[in-house]
Amino acid sequence: MGAIYALIALGYTMVYGVLRFINFAHSDVFMVGAFIGYYAGKLVPEGTLWGGLLVLTIAMVGCALLGIRIERSAYRPLREPTDFNLFTILGMVVGAIAGYFLCNRIIAGRNVSDFTPALRLVSAWAGAETFGWLGARIKPRFVVWKTSGGAATLNVLITAIGMSLLLEYSGQVFFGAAPRTFPSIFPMKNFQVGNLVFSTNQLAVILIAVLLMIALQFIVYRTKIGTAMRAVSLNPQAAQLVGVNNDVVISFTFGLGSALAAAGGILYALNYPSIDPLMGVMPGLKAFVAAILGGIGNIPGAALGGLILGTVETFVNGSQWSTYKDAIAFAILIIILLFRPAGLLGKFTVEKV
Amino acid sequence: MSAEGPEANDQRPLRQAQGLAQAKRVETAEPASPGGSNAKPSVVRGPWSVVPAPHAALLAAIAVAYGISHFSDQIDPYHLDVLTGIGINIILAVSLNLVNGYTGQFSLGHAGFMSVGAYFSAAVSLFLAPSILGESGGNAWQQGGFFLVALCAGGLCAALAGLLVGVPSLRLKGDYLALVTLGFGEIIRVIFQNVEKLGGALGLNGIPAFTTIFWVISFVALTVFVVNCLVNSTYGRGFLATHDDEVASEAVGLNTTRYKIVAFVIGAFFAGIAGGLYGHFKLTITPTGFDFTKSIEIVVMVILGGMGNTLGVILAAILLTLLPELLRPIAEFRMIIYSFLLIVLMLVRPQGLFNFSFRPSRQKSAAATPTA
Repeated sequence: MGAIYALIALGYTMVYGVLRFINFAHSDVFMVGAFIGYYAGKLVPEGTLWGGLLVLTIAMVGCALLGIRIERSAYRPLREPTDFNLFTILGMVVGAIAGYFLCNRIIAGRNVSDFTPALRLVSAWAGAETFGWLGARIKPRFVVWKTSGGAATLNVLITAIGMSLLLEYSGQVFFGAAPRTFPSIFPMKNFQVGNLVFSTNQLAVILIAVLLMIALQFIVYRTKIGTAMRAVSLNPQAAQLVGVNNDVVISFTFGLGSALAAAGGILYALNYPSIDPLMGVMPGLKAFVAAILGGIGNIPGAALGGLILGTVETFVNGSQWSTYKDAIAFAILIIILLFRPAGLLGKFTVEKV
Repeated sequence: MSAEGPEANDQRPLRQAQGLAQAKRVETAEPASPGGSNAKPSVVRGPWSVVPAPHAALLAAIAVAYGISHFSDQIDPYHLDVLTGIGINIILAVSLNLVNGYTGQFSLGHAGFMSVGAYFSAAVSLFLAPSILGESGGNAWQQGGFFLVALCAGGLCAALAGLLVGVPSLRLKGDYLALVTLGFGEIIRVIFQNVEKLGGALGLNGIPAFTTIFWVISFVALTVFVVNCLVNSTYGRGFLATHDDEVASEAVGLNTTRYKIVAFVIGAFFAGIAGGLYGHFKLTITPTGFDFTKSIEIVVMVILGGMGNTLGVILAAILLTLLPELLRPIAEFRMIIYSFLLIVLMLVRPQGLFNFSFRPSRQKSAAATPTA
């Protein structure tokens, strides 16, 4: 559990580190990841190692694309002045609807009922992309706004919440609100070491989480784009001056964070094999608590915070206070923010006027 | 300057700091200096001049509410329901606007305070009404008076909760404050879920149906009146100053933390009242009805109406309550449309839908504090 929180928390922390805002939609990317895993899991044979890894990869790539899309269409116009074309939006809406109905026409009479929601969604998304792109080509003067950029924190927060709601309700329309059973994509076996019994699923969660965190650490500290990420996080203007393309870096950060969220979603669904469009809300909020606990913007901190939170919650769950499980995370959040607002591993900053 | 006492001392430097946009809001405040009194337009003296305009408006609204309540039998019950819903949302949005809009503190826990008020007033009605009003339930006047007491008890309890939450958390800023208030809201919900006396997760049932259109309209009027008069008063300048520039307000000697707490407590009080009205209107309340989604809904009303713009917020509350009703025929897609509109709106009209006097925030650099 802690490892899963840690994975989601990493996504929050990276986005916060670079952009200084809470990406509320992150928890819903987590949900989308689980759903991609659900449909991809039907395509590969159950209970094989390569199948499981393939599903994981597909979900991570899909969510990375989704994360980049979200950043480009919702957050970038808030951040910097962007031409805003009515036709782009209209095109996206029309495209999504057209894609939806086109898909319905094509699949009518074919035996793909298992995949109908996924196909519709992909088709609607493709339609939106195409028509949105076409719409962006048409630029009559009177329908072009320019967003002012540099939006207030509050507006960004509300946009993020709007995006989160959009994903949740789209999920409800496309996938239905009823929970589904997640297939067991990895081989199932129970091990016993001394008195401890643990399953391959739990082992897979820990292994994958640790591997991904090591990979992340490598990307952030040993590669060029990672250096650029840290530069943008330290000072966006200065980074731009020394030739960092901020937009690319920010998109990359979103992609990376969303991929981690997707991995978290699949690992979560493996252990709690019931997925629904609102599954992301609680784990998302708690992962954010974990990110703050460890010190927001701090990658090892997020991992540590996730582990602590997961452990505490599991203990509470086993005690007589189990009905207060949801409150514990928030109590930790409040205590941390009051006594050590920078988090366990965070650095204090003094506000300058 | 020194002759005018400490209150005026508070006020003077702020007005300089706030610039032009505030000048409009000064109307009802006391004349700032002896020379300034000439600027007041000479009001036509009539019988109404005895009562200041806002007070007159309040009385008129209550009178209208009383009038309408006599015709409520003839109104379609569905319309009456929608109207009540609108009224409750207006109270919530306007009271949150005091915190989020005027004082600039981002609170995501309004539903929590609403639930405190709802539960407490419902408990008062459920457990005390039989012993006070007797078997017959009393006549209309007794019921009304009792309801008023129950509502106020709920409101006070919510205000107390607001004080308890506000004192520790208002030292934080921006995103962090939002999260802490969200956390408190969720904790309040979990606590209600675990108190067996209040129905636990199943909620409270069988609350007497005290809420009438009269009470709703009266409390809407009262909320708007209090928030408006407060913000336009000398004391209320402090809220605006805290919103505009916290550091500068501290520098001129304002206790910004106290202003924030006062705004928070008053906001919580009216949220509690709204909760009480809601409980006696729906007749059953469950903890899940007051979760984080409800808080977001109220915040969206405030943002949509334009922060710190009471009229806009009222219009937004009306619009956002009617919108789901109007979109009922396409129920499946209505929330998608709703969230999509929200994003588009933030992109094209970040100052809010009904805010026509937009002043861009003065600090736009990346180093700006996240309070703005």
